[in-house]
Amino acid sequence: MSAQFLQFLLAGLTIGAIYALVALGFSIIYNASHVINFAQGEFVMIGGMATVSFVGLGWPLPLAIGAAVAGAALVGLALEKFAVEPARGASVVSLIIITIGASILLRGLASILWGKNIHAVPAFSGDVPISLGSATLVPQSLWVMGVTLVIVLLLSWFFGRTLLGKALLATSHNRLAAQLAGINVRQVLLVSFGLSAALGAVAGILVAPITFTSWDVGVMLGLKGFAAAILGGLGSGPGAVLGGLLLGVIEAMGAGYLSSAYKDVIAFVVILAVLFFLPSGLSGRRSTERV
Amino acid sequence: MARKTWFAALLALWIGAVQAQEPIRIGSFLAVTGPAAFLGDPEQKTLELYVEKLNASGGVLGRKLQLVAYDSAGDAEKARTFVKRLIEQDKVDLIVGGSTTGETMAVVPLVESAGIPFISLAGAVVITEPVKKWVFKTPHTDRMACERIFLDMRSRSFQRIALISGSGGFDKSMRGQCLNVAATYGIQVVADETYGGGDTDMTAQLTKIKANASVQAVLNAGFGQGPAIVTKNYRQLGMRAPLYQSHGVASKEYIRLSGGAAEGVRLPAAAMVLGDKLPAGDRQRPVAISYIKEYEGRYKQEISTFGGHAWDGLMLAVDAMRRAKTTDKAKVRDAIEATKDFVGLDGIFNMTPKDHMGLDLTYFRMLEVKNGDWTLVP
Repeated sequence: MSAQFLQFLLAGLTIGAIYALVALGFSIIYNASHVINFAQGEFVMIGGMATVSFVGLGWPLPLAIGAAVAGAALVGLALEKFAVEPARGASVVSLIIITIGASILLRGLASILWGKNIHAVPAFSGDVPISLGSATLVPQSLWVMGVTLVIVLLLSWFFGRTLLGKALLATSHNRLAAQLAGINVRQVLLVSFGLSAALGAVAGILVAPITFTSWDVGVMLGLKGFAAAILGGLGSGPGAVLGGLLLGVIEAMGAGYLSSAYKDVIAFVVILAVLFFLPSGLSGRRSTERV
Repeated sequence: MARKTWFAALLALWIGAVQAQEPIRIGSFLAVTGPAAFLGDPEQKTLELYVEKLNASGGVLGRKLQLVAYDSAGDAEKARTFVKRLIEQDKVDLIVGGSTTGETMAVVPLVESAGIPFISLAGAVVITEPVKKWVFKTPHTDRMACERIFLDMRSRSFQRIALISGSGGFDKSMRGQCLNVAATYGIQVVADETYGGGDTDMTAQLTKIKANASVQAVLNAGFGQGPAIVTKNYRQLGMRAPLYQSHGVASKEYIRLSGGAAEGVRLPAAAMVLGDKLPAGDRQRPVAISYIKEYEGRYKQEISTFGGHAWDGLMLAVDAMRRAKTTDKAKVRDAIEATKDFVGLDGIFNMTPKDHMGLDLTYFRMLEVKNGDWTLVP
């Protein structure tokens, strides 16, 4: 019994770490603009698919990964520059609709550019399973969890120690005050899109050797990441990580002990429950205080 | 007055000439985009390629073929709209299409009431059972896949097996068929797990199966990425029982995605995937080799059995029109129903008024993955 539990837990933590990275992407853009960027899942897809095509060109894996992350970040910057920024004065809802449109466009472009087949990215360090007691995990799972940890640490350093990070945080707390204090809010917005896109791409690349990637992989991962962000409290970094891991583990346990047919249902029941009972998520209390 | 008659005669001549040139219209609706795109994409490419080739070699009955194809995105509602358009506006002579069972079943009432020959490319048994006057299909059914797999299991004396299937229409239908026919083959399904369409990890389900010590073999019904993930997870967990997959993954893509994990996996498939590895005397061999050469040469992409379904559909229709020597719908329908000994990619077709698919288990080969390639299980 405990062997099964450990197996479910490992599976849950692996996929949960991916949800956490996607959720972080949602949170960063939400903080900078109060926009929920529904094209976040597409960044995940671009990361994985670009890696596939660069590896296909014969590039070594690390170079392909770097180029794919950079490429996704560029797409993120372009999205902000050419779709979000021109609609600066528009309401948040309009901006959200723009991101939905962008996600459909990106998906369509990807299906034309890369075709509709499913692709695999080679695992970073082999496929030989590692035994942990009576449970097993693939080396790629360690990569997923390890890289997620490193990114979370880097992000906390970025937001806590660098000027740009602090500017991002200040904008999230009070945009007008930040602007008055001389922070270039437009630049902050641009950076947030680039950063989110890069995070999404990293998630997409990390998970591709385990789950494969295709032109439409972003839909489900984006949705799950969104659920994780809601669960943890939109806009909260630690909340996003907690939400992602929790969602992954809940899903795996649900599939293991209840019925696997309800695996996806669980994620969406979680969103509904959180929205009903904890509208600001597990770690978000501050916005409820506001009028 | 005389001038008017003269003009009318000229006009009639001109119209007559146009009519003689009027192409044979082949209607199609395929899931070229959407979740079933991996079915519709090769199907559409196959139809386009071969309509072009048939036209280059003089067409059919002295007339060119014209393909009128719509993208249904796998949506049954869209499929209905497009089929209405094919029948009423485009006035096609027959329809070859329907990537999924859902789309196909949604348009059956339309083609039945319009009285137009329709060859479906979808898998499930319900399409041709009970027999519908105007509806035919080319792929093997999911029930045949279950039967073929159970035959193989019986020959290896497995009796207690586990099922793991996705939540898609194909998966569910095949799971149901397998559960139905299992007892006939003396097979007992002792575990029955499912996973969601976009699921990325099946270790939880497989761990449960692994914990059941009586399981002698595992059957995974599904297509797309799901079975490849199941295969990888299966090896990760170090499961020893032989793994069977369905005909839904009979493409090289499955082997490539699963990496080494697919070694030893068995599945039923049409002979075409073996290509030049088919034994020399095999009647399907030349057909398969020629299709592979044409398709891969044109699209720089590996063939899948799905494109083969489309080839069979188109060629059965062309064969029927040639035998009927007309495009009259009722006569073409009768000719399709009278198809005998037609060597296709899915098998050798023998249609009857009671069987609108015309294939039997003989042409469903059992394959095993060895050294990253298909081999024929004797």
